[in-house]
Amino acid sequence: MDFITLGVQLLNAVQYGAVLFLVASGLTLVFGILGVINLAHGAFYMLGAYLAYWITLMTGSFAVALLGGVLVAFIAGILLETVFVRLLYGRDHLAQVLLSFGLILVIDEIRQLLFGKDVHAVAPPAWLSGSIQLTDNLSYPVYRLAICVFCLIAALVIFFVIARTKIGMIVRAGSENREMARVLGIKFDRVNRYVFAAGIALAALGGILIAPISTVFPGMGDSMLILSFVVVVLGGIGSVAGAAVGALLIGLTDTFGKVFFPSVSSILIYVVMAAVLLWRPSGILGRQDA
Amino acid sequence: MTTKGFLRPLTRRAMLSGTAGAATFIATSPLHSPAIAQNAPLKVGMMLPYTGTYAKLGQFIDDGFRLYVEQKGGKLGGRDIAFVQVDDESKPEAATDNMNRLVGREKADVVVGTVHSGVAMAMVKVARDTKTLLIIPNAGANDATGPACAPNIFRTSFSNWQSTYPMGKVMADAGIKNVVTITWRYTAGAEMIGAFAENFTKNGGKIVADLTVPFPEVEFQALITQIAQLKPDAVFSFFAGGGAVKFVKDYAAAGLNKTIPLYGAGFLTDGTIEAQGEAAKGIRTTLHYADNLDNPANLAFLKAFKAKTGKDGDIYAVQGYDGAALLDIGLTAVGGDFNARDKMIAAMGAAKIDSPRGPLSFNKAHNPIQNIYLREVRNGRNEMISVAQADVDDPARGCKMT
Repeated sequence: MDFITLGVQLLNAVQYGAVLFLVASGLTLVFGILGVINLAHGAFYMLGAYLAYWITLMTGSFAVALLGGVLVAFIAGILLETVFVRLLYGRDHLAQVLLSFGLILVIDEIRQLLFGKDVHAVAPPAWLSGSIQLTDNLSYPVYRLAICVFCLIAALVIFFVIARTKIGMIVRAGSENREMARVLGIKFDRVNRYVFAAGIALAALGGILIAPISTVFPGMGDSMLILSFVVVVLGGIGSVAGAAVGALLIGLTDTFGKVFFPSVSSILIYVVMAAVLLWRPSGILGRQDA
Repeated sequence: MTTKGFLRPLTRRAMLSGTAGAATFIATSPLHSPAIAQNAPLKVGMMLPYTGTYAKLGQFIDDGFRLYVEQKGGKLGGRDIAFVQVDDESKPEAATDNMNRLVGREKADVVVGTVHSGVAMAMVKVARDTKTLLIIPNAGANDATGPACAPNIFRTSFSNWQSTYPMGKVMADAGIKNVVTITWRYTAGAEMIGAFAENFTKNGGKIVADLTVPFPEVEFQALITQIAQLKPDAVFSFFAGGGAVKFVKDYAAAGLNKTIPLYGAGFLTDGTIEAQGEAAKGIRTTLHYADNLDNPANLAFLKAFKAKTGKDGDIYAVQGYDGAALLDIGLTAVGGDFNARDKMIAAMGAAKIDSPRGPLSFNKAHNPIQNIYLREVRNGRNEMISVAQADVDDPARGCKMT
């Protein structure tokens, strides 16, 4: 493999990792801060992609789809937290798995009723629809590069909110020692609601962004859900920076696994996960005492 | 999970159609007095995916079958037909229970199904054990008319081998020497790529690389970069549904379609063209059907199908339609007497059907002998360029008919 091809594959890996990060960051927030296993995370990723398709079709604008889709997901997250997820705090994981699995079925049925089961394509915004010639016969869609940039911005925003804002401070306090924070007078009800809604919105955002380079189809959330869990566990549960490292690692493993070890590529990411967990049982950036 | 399919009550539709069938029978029975054996309607069990990824395919097969029966006044071979319907959900783990229910509790005389190969193979097993007449209207697994063949099992669709074998010669004849193949790593993918490679290498071509991705993964970018580096004369591929749309779009987005032409199994561009849009333009595939076949049988079929359902008929509808035509030939040969099984099966095996897809007959393993067409995506349709190979007959490897 020559250097240029190696570079292109590296780009593929980073771009794949960027999308994984965006989806997994929402999962790790909800998992790490609320202690809730949300199996329906992949379903919201799919819903985001379908919303992108539908809103783009209705308004002709991808930007509107981006804002509208995230808003719809955020509101859905707030409603779900208020009605259902609230009941799960402190319960065992089986109850959480049952409820969120039920949500998958419900969301899938809603998708079926609203959008049907056909495969759809979404056009990227016109100013990002070009491509760059990389080698003599291979060009790279500008939109894929834009996704990398967008995910980078999203990551910076998430880090900024958690590290520098008051709500971020409350969130961190809550995940460190909830009882103590409560004693100090912090009310978690509202924070929980926003964290859950933000997690859902991030899943949908991932789905919306991926829609133009992927396709929109019924089962698309399933594999993304499994990958997201791998990323979260790999990076350390609740750690957004860990999710970034984990996502990049999975992107690299998957891309180069397909190229160099095609016959075992499907299990390679799990081998990497097992190896990392042997080395650091709580994930790369997880708290090792936990 | 395994008991779920067994315990699930019949769908409302199935109940309705069953009731309607019974009502028709009661209403019409005083008007004629057939022999006692033919008194009850023949019960056809439709075991198809009515929900899930393949729901549209299942519905079209169902519509096609019923269209033929309607055209014959609700009878096949003079015998009234009653339907009972089961949703197989394309779940292999529930397939045996579903099939047993149709054959046992519902007492279906004939079973028609299904789309998913894994489900179909479970149905084949039950059909072999219970000697139930089974008509497969889609699933292409080579084994169904190979090692698992039986006198009471017919297929009105295709074998995976059959659909891509002719493309090997077509591409070799076009002067293509080096090809990269790419597909999902599962049975259908291996069978389709295998048949193509068999014929392509026989005609002097060379497979440079055999790329695969785990089923049903749709992240192709790494392999597309690899294709660009390998620079073959052409690429031959098999994907279906969402994966087909994504692969074709990624291939075009990488600009590879300008320098390395994309070929594939017909399913790459069937039912997916609309979502693929411009990216699909110029892709050549082989299949036993094309959107613009202008033989009278196809024109009449498309018109009738549109009138019945309001939709444009496709290959899946044709496969269902031909399933009913095949059953009609069998029942006609025995005057509607389902007990004369041997005679009926012999007549079905010897059937010559003027199908919308062109002439259709059956080999000793009961797999179709049919034309395979070379198509190209033009004007958003799979338009026929030529007959890639006429009367393609699957070798039915491993079939010992007893």
